[in-house]
Amino acid sequence: MFKGILKEQTIQVGIGFVFIVVLLGTFILPEWMSNNFMYGLSRGLAVLGLMILWRTNLVSFGHALYYGFGAYAVAIAQKYLGVTDVFLRILIAIAAAGLLGFVLGFILRRYREIFFAMLSLAFSMVLYGLLAKAEFLGSTDGMSISPSTMFGFELGRFGLFYFIGFVVILSLIFAHAYLRSSLGHLTTAIMDNEIRVEYLGYSVEKAIHIKYVISACLAGGAGGLMAAALGQVDPDSMVLWSVSGELVFVTIMAGLGNILAPFVGAIFFEFIRTYAYEFAPQAWQMIIGGTLLAIIFFLPGGLWSLFQKINPFKKEKK
Amino acid sequence: MATTEILKTTNLQKSFSGIIAAEDINISVKEGEIIGIIGANGAGKTVFVNMITGYLKPTSGSIEFNGKNITGIKPREATHIGVCRSFQVSQVFMSMTVKQNLMIAMSLSKKSGSALLDPIDDDILSKECDKILKQYNIIKQKDFVVSTLSQGMRKLLDIAMAVVGNPKILLLDEPTSGVSVEEKFGIMDIVISALKESGTTVLFVEHDMEIVERYVDRVMAFYQGQIICDAPPKQALKDKKVIQYVLG
Repeated sequence: MFKGILKEQTIQVGIGFVFIVVLLGTFILPEWMSNNFMYGLSRGLAVLGLMILWRTNLVSFGHALYYGFGAYAVAIAQKYLGVTDVFLRILIAIAAAGLLGFVLGFILRRYREIFFAMLSLAFSMVLYGLLAKAEFLGSTDGMSISPSTMFGFELGRFGLFYFIGFVVILSLIFAHAYLRSSLGHLTTAIMDNEIRVEYLGYSVEKAIHIKYVISACLAGGAGGLMAAALGQVDPDSMVLWSVSGELVFVTIMAGLGNILAPFVGAIFFEFIRTYAYEFAPQAWQMIIGGTLLAIIFFLPGGLWSLFQKINPFKKEKK
Repeated sequence: MATTEILKTTNLQKSFSGIIAAEDINISVKEGEIIGIIGANGAGKTVFVNMITGYLKPTSGSIEFNGKNITGIKPREATHIGVCRSFQVSQVFMSMTVKQNLMIAMSLSKKSGSALLDPIDDDILSKECDKILKQYNIIKQKDFVVSTLSQGMRKLLDIAMAVVGNPKILLLDEPTSGVSVEEKFGIMDIVISALKESGTTVLFVEHDMEIVERYVDRVMAFYQGQIICDAPPKQALKDKKVIQYVLG
């Protein structure tokens, strides 16, 4: 699966990109900018998961379900099991979201288009409702997360940033390996022609289910990283429909052209939002909406299409 | 020619909300035979093909393949046991290149389990793919996106994708429909010679009687969901019922 993957251009560029982002974030930029990079990288994982689904024409309006589930898994593991180790935290977040995705996947894999989108939204709202009512999970106030540790030592902000960079690189490698595989190529094949895929002897529902679980794991991982970075989880900032909307927003803005696009898009979004708050606190949503409109009109392929026009990697789509 | 029976249907019937589309279809096909299925539009030819390949579940009756009951089988299960098909309207991946289409078909037919997570573009598969593209005379178009190809090219690709699964029996639904007159015989020459070479049993739906006469061993004529004639082409095409209800 991973044969020769480190020699691939996308992965080499991806590692370089993450390295630069982490370097800028830890040594050069002020903390508020550094935070935008850190949150952007973390959220980018969830956007990558959405992108993988989107390439099969499946748009999830409820991916905050997994994002929030991963985040709450970290909080619950800390509260009841005392888990603060960052490796365990991310593994728990991914496993919890993956398991939930596996179970719900049996239902969602049967639906397409708007039914898939709205059903995923419905599931996320069910979780929101449960979390908002669950007093033992902090209800609408949520739960606080203690600083992460690694091998018993507190990680600190920089350490966490390095760790996020490490997880992003691993995710890029995994996503690239998946998309270049026979199973990954079914991503576009299913979008083009489900009947043919069935007559080639492979179950479309199974292929979608696998893709859905991968997507859920990535979103759960993103939630776990964000929980560790923010030090707080609550239903409004982790599971509410607007969080799912933001992820869809970033996916459109980033474009589907490359696995790096979600991270570029997510970082870009963090900065747009920060500046919009800064300069127009009463109308920041208008600026964000205007940005999306501008991208749809002038860069329908998303921000990545801009890179494709000006950089030498434009032919590669993985 | 081998004489082993490969496909048998007994009292096969399909109805849609009470309207009978196929009725009492009893056929027996021997290994290696090439059979032409003819009939006017709405005669039940495609319904028959769809039932054999699992696209439609018969209302009643049974289908036996190599002695095993496969009635109501799912399309992918049909493919796994060696019952493959092509379509009246080519079912290919339009946004991909010709080679990507065939590579997907080949990797799904040759790999399973964790091997499906290996990179699709391995050298052995790629060479084998080029060989098939050459055999089907679409090697020059291998890097073309399918949506830019002619109907004839798409038909060839559609058939090539069905053939890479090494079918024991192949059902071709109007392989020359929508194809220009100049391309028709070229396509059928390529397809039939490739299939004869592999010993594949072929059933194909066809409206062009010149093609039927030239390539098939036996003709099954459909009319109002029933088979009205099952005979060698010369005999079938002179049959009174066939002339009246099919050839018009």
